[in-house]
This record gives sequence, structure tokens and C-alpha cells, in this order.
Amino acid sequence: MTVSSRAPAQKREITRLQELVYELRVQDAMTTKVITVTPQMTMAEFREVLRANRISGTPVVEGGRMVGIISIEDLIKALAAGELGATVGEKMTPNPVTLYEDEPLVHAVGKFSKLGYGRFPVINRQGDLVGIIVQGDIVRALLRRLEIEYHEEEVRRYRASHIFEDILADQVTLRFRYNVVARDFVRAGDASSRLKTTLSRLGIDPRTVRRVAIAAYEAEMNIVIYADSGELIVEVDPTRVHLLAIDRGPGIPDIEKAMEPGFSTAPDWVREMGFGAGMGLPNIKNCADEMRLESTVGVGTRLEVVIYL
Amino acid sequence: MKLRDVLEIIEGKVITKNTDLDLEVSMGCGADLMSDVLAFTHEGTLLMTGLTNPQVVRTAEMAGIHAIVFVRGKVPPPETIALAEEKGIALLASKYTMFETCGRLYKAGLPSCGLFEASLKSWREFFGEV
Repeated sequence: MTVSSRAPAQKREITRLQELVYELRVQDAMTTKVITVTPQMTMAEFREVLRANRISGTPVVEGGRMVGIISIEDLIKALAAGELGATVGEKMTPNPVTLYEDEPLVHAVGKFSKLGYGRFPVINRQGDLVGIIVQGDIVRALLRRLEIEYHEEEVRRYRASHIFEDILADQVTLRFRYNVVARDFVRAGDASSRLKTTLSRLGIDPRTVRRVAIAAYEAEMNIVIYADSGELIVEVDPTRVHLLAIDRGPGIPDIEKAMEPGFSTAPDWVREMGFGAGMGLPNIKNCADEMRLESTVGVGTRLEVVIYL
Repeated sequence: MKLRDVLEIIEGKVITKNTDLDLEVSMGCGADLMSDVLAFTHEGTLLMTGLTNPQVVRTAEMAGIHAIVFVRGKVPPPETIALAEEKGIALLASKYTMFETCGRLYKAGLPSCGLFEASLKSWREFFGEV
């Protein structure tokens, strides 16, 4: 499968599918209700079993033990040879290739493509027949799991939102750190994006999450535009979100001036991107309950924002 | 107003794959300044803009904007489309100017996003209104 380097979403989905065939086990995909036949049955009776159950092959079982496998291909050969009266025992493939129920699904994928069989009986480690698997089962299991994962973001959110109750301590503070790469306009905003997702998962009120995200994004853009390197450090406790944006860079000579709406030192290329209109710091201030800005020219800038929950 | 109504009113096209045309937008905002978008919009705003770089999608993500209309027939670069599809943000295109695109939607009943309190402060100071 070819993957375009320009489609990150698609790339991730394919990787997730690849992961899934390792995560899922044969038992997650197999059919447990197995139709079987005995070696004493005639091929005519076998044909009736296939027709009635709309299947194309079955394991052959005698005295509780699997002794072979027989498929529609064996039936066609018997028909062509006029041997519908022959027994299943004579026409079956003895000692069929099996899969263990606890093997990763990728083993099944490998055996299907290597051996070209239409189905594999599935056994447990004691050797008992517990199921049967065809290629369609694998696709169905993967689709089912992807569907479940689609809803899992909600579960993840639910679980994360209980973290403060689950951790037993007098005070709990979560701390996240995000690196910000200077002058990388394509990745700019990635840190704030991940922070926003994380805060949503913690179950924080969406309006509060939005305020933190906007403040973080403006701070991140300032680092990308003006600094040489920097980071966002976020601490969350049950009462507040504390955002610290630190950079190493030219610093701000006149903080009071920088806080004025409309004041900007941004170069043209930044303005062309829709930024640098002198609204970043005022925007952060509007989102914040508390804001502190310190800067040393030639060293860097430290911006602290507190938003109460 | 649903996205399918927006499309009809602006005679627009859909850019992103798997776009939910039943998505509701409750107000509109026309801006080429991303900081203005962050300052003035609310969750569920429809953004009209002439900028097409990926930061427009980032801005929308942060502001809780789920749909963007590119005006003046502008088509965004692939990285913008890829990011929008990853973030589940709908991208639409209008061949009309910013003024006409907004005007058509406003006339059809889509209200403007409200002004931010802070921006009214300088207005009041200058014009002496309360």
C-alpha cells in the first residue's frame, strides 16, 4: 500500500489498522458456532449441510476430535467424478492446518496469504476445536474494532476526568510540557492543539478549555514568530490551569507598549499569515484571570497565565 | 443555518472529504486577521476568510470553529486541507468577494458574531458613549 506523505490523517489510520492486527487475537474474529460433519457422512449429505447453512467448508470431527477439513472444492471434485456416494472421510484433507485462539490475528492474515486456504479451524491450547475463521471474519473484526475506537474518545474523556478523584493525595497537580519550534509555521499550533485535546479529556468545561487554548495558541505563535526556541509548561490542579510560556530569544524592550492593542513589531511575512497585528498579548490578557509577563532583552521572555476552573 | 444552506446561498463548493452538510452554524465572522478571529468569535461560528494557510485551520480549532469559507475563489494548499480533514473542520469555497459572501449570508439571516467587550472599550472612550 502506498501512503502519501502529505496525508497525515490517512497515514495514522493505516498504522492503526496495522497495530490492530497485532492487538486483536484470532478468538476476537473467529466464528464460535462451528458446523461440523463426521467422516461417515456421504458427500451428498455434506452438500446438504453446506446448502442449509450457507457455508463453504467445515471441520470433520469424530468422537470429539477434529480429524480433517472438507470444503466445497472437495465436493465439486466428487461431483465431477460422480462420487457423491463416497464418504467425507475419504475426500477430506486430514490433519488440517489450524490456528490457536490466542494467536495474534496477524498470524491468521499470514497463513491465509501463504497457504491460500479459504478457512482455518481454531483450537485452544488443549487441542479442542473452538471456532473457525474465514478471511471475511478478519475484515469484520477490524471494522468492528475501529468503530468501537471511534467512540472511545468519550470513554477516554470519562476516565481522565476522574483522575483527580482516583489519585489519593492532599494535593494533585498534573504537569504537561510541550516544545515549540521557532519559525516553523507548519507545525505552529501543534502544542496548543495537543493541550486542548488533553484538557478536554480531563473533563474541563469547554468554555474554559477554549480560553486556555486561545491563550496557549497566541503564546505559541509568539514563540514561533519571535523567539529562537521555547516551550509551554502547563500545570492543572482541581482549581486552576497555570500556563507558562518560556522562550529564549530577543526579549521585549517595552512590555507596556507591547501590551497595547495594535502595537506590533512583526515582519511582513508574519502579517501575511494573518498574525502580527498586535492583538496577541491583548487576546491572552482577555482570556486570562491572571497574567504576568517578564522579559529580558537579549535573553528571553516568560509569560505566565492563570485561568481558574 | 446548516452548511448545505450556506453552500446554496453562496453558490459554493465543498473542499474537504466527508463533510457533514447538516452541521449547524449559528453566526458568521469575516476576517483575515487570525487574532481577531480568536478574540471575536464564539463556538459554532462560520468563518469567512481570504487566507488559506494551515494556521487558519489551527485558529479555527482553537476557537471551536467547525467550518471555514474561503472567499474570492481561493483554493487552499494541500497541507491546509489535510490538517482540516484530520481535525474534522469543514472547508468550503466561494467565488464571491468577502463582502458579497458575507452579505449573502447576512441577508439570508445568519447573524454576525458578537463584539468582544474589550474592543468596545476603545469605542466608548473615543465616542463618549456608555
